[in-house]
Amino acid sequence: MHEWALAEGIVKTADKFAEDQGIEEITEVKIMIGELQQVEHEIIEFALDQLRTPRMKLAKFTIETSPARFKCRKCTHEWQLNTRNLDKETGEAIHFVPEMAHVYLTCPNCGSPDFEVTEGRGVWLVSIKGRKKE
Amino acid sequence: MSDPRLAIIPGRFDNVERIIAVSSGKGGVGKSMVAVALALSLRAHSHKVGLLDLDFTSPSTHVILGVEGLYPEEEKGITPPESQGLSYMSIVHYSADEPVPLRGLDASNAIIELLAITRWEELDYLIIDMPPGIGDATLDMLRLIPRIEFLVVTTPSRLAYESVRKLLVLLKDQKIPTIGVVENMVVKQTDFIKEEIHKIGSRYLGAIDHDASAEAAIGHLEKLEMTHFYRQVEKIGEGI
Repeated sequence: MHEWALAEGIVKTADKFAEDQGIEEITEVKIMIGELQQVEHEIIEFALDQLRTPRMKLAKFTIETSPARFKCRKCTHEWQLNTRNLDKETGEAIHFVPEMAHVYLTCPNCGSPDFEVTEGRGVWLVSIKGRKKE
Repeated sequence: MSDPRLAIIPGRFDNVERIIAVSSGKGGVGKSMVAVALALSLRAHSHKVGLLDLDFTSPSTHVILGVEGLYPEEEKGITPPESQGLSYMSIVHYSADEPVPLRGLDASNAIIELLAITRWEELDYLIIDMPPGIGDATLDMLRLIPRIEFLVVTTPSRLAYESVRKLLVLLKDQKIPTIGVVENMVVKQTDFIKEEIHKIGSRYLGAIDHDASAEAAIGHLEKLEMTHFYRQVEKIGEGI
């Protein structure tokens, strides 16, 4: 599943960050996921749990979703997308490679495919809490 | 904090022995044809081969292979589908062969996403059909792919070579291994390209004659494998 690849990236990045900062035990990892990724929270939570490193054995993973917003570069129209309204084929393509939005979606005002994803794309770590070595 | 996708990309190539980017400074030099013929000929010599089409805005390897409607399987990421004995990954699996109008940053993000989620099986060779030039895709490859080697394609044209020379200089400056240069679409053999390649210290891998039958074989592999073009690429493949 795609969620497993994302979880793998999150765990590796968090563990490396903790190592670089001298954090012995991670207690909390806050993750923001763009709505465009259409990630199943249950699957990514399960994957994160399975992939935990010893340093994050007891860590709490908090996942938030950032809504997908777009701005047309041609007519400057801004809009929000409800990914639940996408058909199956479009939804799957965008789930795996979010830039496929430019293949399947156009500006609702002028029809241009030249738009910017201003919010709700990608996965990033918001914060990591933990205890440093004494 | 860094992009979590970047942390997993290097490990995605752990099972791949050699990663060869078929590249050129210029479009229209036959890069995709060389990439596909090279991948098929290596497979014909009993190697396990993958083919990755990174030319997102103008993918064409699926046309040469004559395949459509392939879809990768999901297994803790995605597994490239098999086509003609190759593990084959292309953006067309997701774009349904519709236009893919991407600006630079979006193209770069799409490449990073695809590299992060694709799980390659054990391969002797992964052949990458690169987009032309020294833009985002080339820079992303230099940044992200460990052990990447470049096989550069030019034509006898001085215009094509001028762009190729810049690519070769960039690769040399960045200390990226370059297998050498293939001179494609040769109508009349001269030493111009060979001498220029030697001048900048690169390796001339050989000439491939212009072969009209190769164009007619697009989409028909059994015909492609019978062409003079294919045999010449195969011979070059034996020397890499």
